[in-house]
Amino acid sequence: MSTAAVTRSPLRPSRLITYALLLVVAAFYLLPIYVIAVTAFKSFIEVSHTTPWQLPSAPSLDAFGNAFTTLAPSFFNSVLLVVPATLLSALLGSLNGYVLSKWRFRGADLVFTLLLFGMFIPYQSILLPLVLVLQKIQLYGGIPGLVLTHVVYGIPITTLIFRNYYAAVPTEVIEAARIDGASVLGIYRHVLLPISMPGFVVVLIWQFTSIWNEFLFAVTLTLPDQWPITVALNGLAGSLLAHYEIQMAGALLTALPPLLIYIVLGRYFIRGLLAGALKG
Amino acid sequence: MAVAATRERPDRGRSLGSKWYGIAPDYTSAGLTQYIDLFGLPRFQADVSNTIEFTILFLIACILLGFGSAVLLDQHVRGTIFFQNIFLFPLAISFVVTGTVWRWIFNPNFGINLLLEDVHLDFLKSPWLADTRTALYGLVIAAAWQMSGFCMAMFLAGLRAIPDELREAARVDGASEGRIFLRVILPLMRPITLSAIIILGHISLKIFDLVYVMTFGGPGYATDMPSLYMWVAVFRQNLYGRGAAIAMVLLIMVALLIVPYLVWSLRSEDER
Repeated sequence: MSTAAVTRSPLRPSRLITYALLLVVAAFYLLPIYVIAVTAFKSFIEVSHTTPWQLPSAPSLDAFGNAFTTLAPSFFNSVLLVVPATLLSALLGSLNGYVLSKWRFRGADLVFTLLLFGMFIPYQSILLPLVLVLQKIQLYGGIPGLVLTHVVYGIPITTLIFRNYYAAVPTEVIEAARIDGASVLGIYRHVLLPISMPGFVVVLIWQFTSIWNEFLFAVTLTLPDQWPITVALNGLAGSLLAHYEIQMAGALLTALPPLLIYIVLGRYFIRGLLAGALKG
Repeated sequence: MAVAATRERPDRGRSLGSKWYGIAPDYTSAGLTQYIDLFGLPRFQADVSNTIEFTILFLIACILLGFGSAVLLDQHVRGTIFFQNIFLFPLAISFVVTGTVWRWIFNPNFGINLLLEDVHLDFLKSPWLADTRTALYGLVIAAAWQMSGFCMAMFLAGLRAIPDELREAARVDGASEGRIFLRVILPLMRPITLSAIIILGHISLKIFDLVYVMTFGGPGYATDMPSLYMWVAVFRQNLYGRGAAIAMVLLIMVALLIVPYLVWSLRSEDER
């Protein structure tokens, strides 16, 4: 293993061991996908206890039809939740990130540190006051209250990503615009916003995925007819106990939107993921 | 265990309440009674020990699996991107989906046990979530399946940031590959390991969805956690004062982990 060129030879035993180990690890990660695939395409009769790991003898889409009928309203609720919550939290994060990186007022670092801590506060710690506040402002039980909650809780991570993104913009550009008489918001609108697209892609993907997948706020703050899809999926497992084929089809439907985004735009997703680690 | 459930009395502190539940709010201060009661509660004692055991096992699993996969992916083999995507996709999925599928896999009668029989690994068979002694391990496996990719991504970024010159220099000095790995590569991974421990550790302390979906704290209190009990106390038992006390304990645990990390992160940002 002296140089990279030599190690590229595919027939060395160490290479084979590497591949073998990679395949074993990959099998572990793909196991649940296999379970979904073999179970969701079976009929209820075939989801028997004797051959659960075998491929379906006559693949059917009935389970998907059933799961979709049951989950469609909550799928729609999730869309109504995720779209505004993602857009609003991205916009607020972008404005915050701009101010915190380019208009470093007195105490800006303290504000930023406190904001970052907000990213790590357990949902449980604010749950009781949150419920009381939402009741007081008449937003408890439905999607609008959940949108508000996710917008507020999304501010730390979206601010962090945009602050780091805008930090790379040279201060001279801002100074030049200021000398030309542009206002604080004018500079944001005409100088920063046009070059913010890559930052927005990372933030939108991250927020979309997190909010779509979220469960604790959703199960606490919404009533059954307003349930987002994660809560409805869990409800499905409770009401159709033995219907594993419908449960698995439902699981796939729930996982599908973030999974499609991951497949198409995975590297932006990973950028959001690593941003949350602060260091690394 | 059953005794503990019946021992739970109505809320003495009543530090929080709302008309929504048909209970008049009483904000009279109860001092620290709520907290003293809480730590005397067998259920909460079980919660604390469960959360510690879960966190330790979960961290070990994620770091070993994540670092192992990162080292494998750093060998410049074909298909690196393909494998990388397979190791990372669980991060894009909801814990509820993960819980739904792993609950099936851990069904003692037709889940992974049947598969293990087929490949003659019977000694790995287990009652999984159905038994108080093994239920927590089931949760750890499902959680590590979902989150270990995060460790992998961090370690892989770290490994790729190591300049080739560093390895070359060690080779010129006559160090063997194994020695380079132990003496050069591993020490460089220390800050990343610390970051991974803190980020995954705080996720582990507040884990809720997976427990809710897979076991709801059972059997008995074998997989109950403060994060779940807080919710149950408030929204199932109307014990607002107790729920609020657990919420504060959770907040303090997370703060003890995160605040030093934030200070460390921001300080090294200034140095850059």
